[in-house]
Amino acid sequence: MNKVINVLEVSGFTWFVPLARLASGEEPKEQLKQLWLVMGIPIVAFIVFLTLWGQLSSKVVTSLGTIPGPSAVYEQAVGLWEDHVYQREKATAFYDRQEKRNAKYREQGKLDKIKYREYTGAPTYIDQIWTSIKTVFMGFLIATLVAVPLGIFCGLSSTFNAAMNPIIQIFKPVSPLAWLPIVTMIVSATYVTSDSAWFSKSFLNSAITVTLCSLWPTLINTALGVSSIDKDLMNVGKVLQLGWFTKVTKLVIPSSLPLIFTGLRLSLGVGWMVLIAAEMLAQNPGLGKFVWDEFQNGSSNSLGRIMVAVLTIGIIGFLLDRIMFTLQNLFTFGDKR
Amino acid sequence: MRQDFSLSQKIKRLSAAAVITAISAFSSGSFAKELELEKDELTFGFIKLTDMAPLAIAYEQGFFEDEGLFVTLEAQANWKVLLDGVIDGKLDGAHMLAGQPLGATIGYGTKAHIITAFSMDLNGNGITVSNEIWKQMKPNIPMKNGKPVHPISASALKPVVDKYKADGKPFNMGMVFPVSTHNYELRYWLAAGGLQPGFYGPGASGTVGQIGADTLLSVTPPPQMPATLEAGTIYGYCVGEPWNQQAVFKGIGVPVITDYEVWKNNPEKVFGVSNAWAEKYPNTHLAVVKALIRAAQWLDENNNVNREEAVKILAKPNYVGADYKVIANSMTGTFEYEKGDVRDVPDFNVFFRYFANYPYYSDAVWYLTQMRRWGQIGEDKPDSWYQDIAKKVYKPEIYMKAAELLIAEGKVKKKDFPFGSDGYREPQTEFIDNITYDGHKPNDYLAKFPIGLKAGEKVTEKGVVKK
Repeated sequence: MNKVINVLEVSGFTWFVPLARLASGEEPKEQLKQLWLVMGIPIVAFIVFLTLWGQLSSKVVTSLGTIPGPSAVYEQAVGLWEDHVYQREKATAFYDRQEKRNAKYREQGKLDKIKYREYTGAPTYIDQIWTSIKTVFMGFLIATLVAVPLGIFCGLSSTFNAAMNPIIQIFKPVSPLAWLPIVTMIVSATYVTSDSAWFSKSFLNSAITVTLCSLWPTLINTALGVSSIDKDLMNVGKVLQLGWFTKVTKLVIPSSLPLIFTGLRLSLGVGWMVLIAAEMLAQNPGLGKFVWDEFQNGSSNSLGRIMVAVLTIGIIGFLLDRIMFTLQNLFTFGDKR
Repeated sequence: MRQDFSLSQKIKRLSAAAVITAISAFSSGSFAKELELEKDELTFGFIKLTDMAPLAIAYEQGFFEDEGLFVTLEAQANWKVLLDGVIDGKLDGAHMLAGQPLGATIGYGTKAHIITAFSMDLNGNGITVSNEIWKQMKPNIPMKNGKPVHPISASALKPVVDKYKADGKPFNMGMVFPVSTHNYELRYWLAAGGLQPGFYGPGASGTVGQIGADTLLSVTPPPQMPATLEAGTIYGYCVGEPWNQQAVFKGIGVPVITDYEVWKNNPEKVFGVSNAWAEKYPNTHLAVVKALIRAAQWLDENNNVNREEAVKILAKPNYVGADYKVIANSMTGTFEYEKGDVRDVPDFNVFFRYFANYPYYSDAVWYLTQMRRWGQIGEDKPDSWYQDIAKKVYKPEIYMKAAELLIAEGKVKKKDFPFGSDGYREPQTEFIDNITYDGHKPNDYLAKFPIGLKAGEKVTEKGVVKK
């Protein structure tokens, strides 16, 4: 049972820890109190929030009708799912027609005409979610690959740090919306797409914009983590005459991991926020485009669907943070373990 | 992307059988006699407007697939992004404003050789003013049986604009693009009512076409028109459907006139591709035009019998996305002016009849005359110049070739195509200001307008001067 509790704690699902302890019969009274604190209160608060939302939303009248309440939003979420299922059926029919066509070519011996193509229909809400998640991870990955090594150099050498500092200070506060035109122009000019290209231009545009905005927290935290390593530890390294590479991998990185992870968590959060803005502005596929398209549609369902997107964005942002938190707990040794 | 495609494809094939029957009706088993296509995976851009219908229908009814084309349709944020997409090759073709291929080819705005072999529709626009302006206009409009007499002239708007001018307040109105049909229609209507919409020329106010203007027209993307009107940034606008009916449903504005009443059966959108693309993929181009002709025919078939189904398709969020009832209002042959004032306009949206798809040189010449009238073309041009540009951009020969192929396949009837036409319509008389237009004589036509540039006139930052 302790193992289960440990896993729950590491993964950040502390909500369920009292439940697990309760199941193992550990101090029932104490655990029930704990349970009320970690689960009961948040649930009550959420219900209050939903009630307030439901009550107040009907009082704001826009030209598209009143602001949708929780039930209207739920209805739209179901509608979006049904649309996804319907589109999948159409895709199946598309592949079936393709199969028939290819079979016909095979009969006629026109083997060169046989081709397999992706479904050409519009992406559904679920597709847009996946696109956004893939894009944010791509951008985040590039940001990490750039920021961690740079951060280590900054932390190790005060000269390098002084050199980098003005650049970091100037570029850190730049909005994604300012980067986007530059990124778009550069990608369009340098990245030549062909049919077999790995990534589409729009995907790269969003991902690189995410990179540019999200690498700063990682960079700064890594530098801070590295520069604040215990001096004794470094001295021990000197005494043992460790090589530079060994020193970095065996001493520097492990001891600055907690701060590196803090930076990564912040970066991923920033990246997710930036991505939605970038997609909205550039009309790149993803949740941001979904929101903008719905705003342009001006249908009576639009506001509800945008709300669904807002909640989705929030929940995914929360889950991304949980994932990073779990990784942080797995890789670093805090005082708890 | 490629890898997970083949995987997901396998999964799909496993679960395929169940759903086949439902949708196989589309393909009907028979494939058209296929052309040797140079490219079969295409992406077309469109703007969220009901007149993109031929593209949506060609996709949904499987007409593209019948031609062996695999088309992805992508909504674009605004007309500029769309045009750039076609120029830089991100889009293979697009639903365009008729003025866009012409404007691009003569180098107004962006310079690129864009052509069209397919005119998408006739009519389909309206001019809407805000409730407040409508209230001020209404006393100037003659009434009959308690309803305003249509068409409403801009002369009813003139006293309102004069009052705003006297108070030192700018009178802002919206249109969708500098070389858009909407810009020319709004200007045409205003000028016919004695208002000066302003000239294009040098300087900041020249770039936006406001030199010497009574009303300041500026660009707003179509779907944002109602929101911009509601915010009070503009007092009125000219835009395609459903964004006029949307204003009625939202209770924020009143359409005063349709473009059908400004110029009966005016050409509207075209399907544009870059000339380089068309030269590289001639058979593909032909196949696309074939599919679009069938879609247009479907839309007008048996007295618009398919329109309700078309509206259902257009109401999907990936196409126009507005509510069914808003789109249906104009698409099914009616138009609602003031709330409750629903009138029959059977030809509000024409997609096929009256040879709607034939790219007439005279249509191109009309757009060019308006570009000259408002100073987008800075210098006088001889009649032959207008005709040369029209021939450079409009390609009826490709359209007719596609039609012949379809006739041979038995999919369309010969009588629906203007065989033997020289590419010019008969002189047209049904304009709101009763001025006759003959595409053979653009300079004569320009001389007839009381408001607009005359031969030998030039726009400077100060205004119009005689050379």
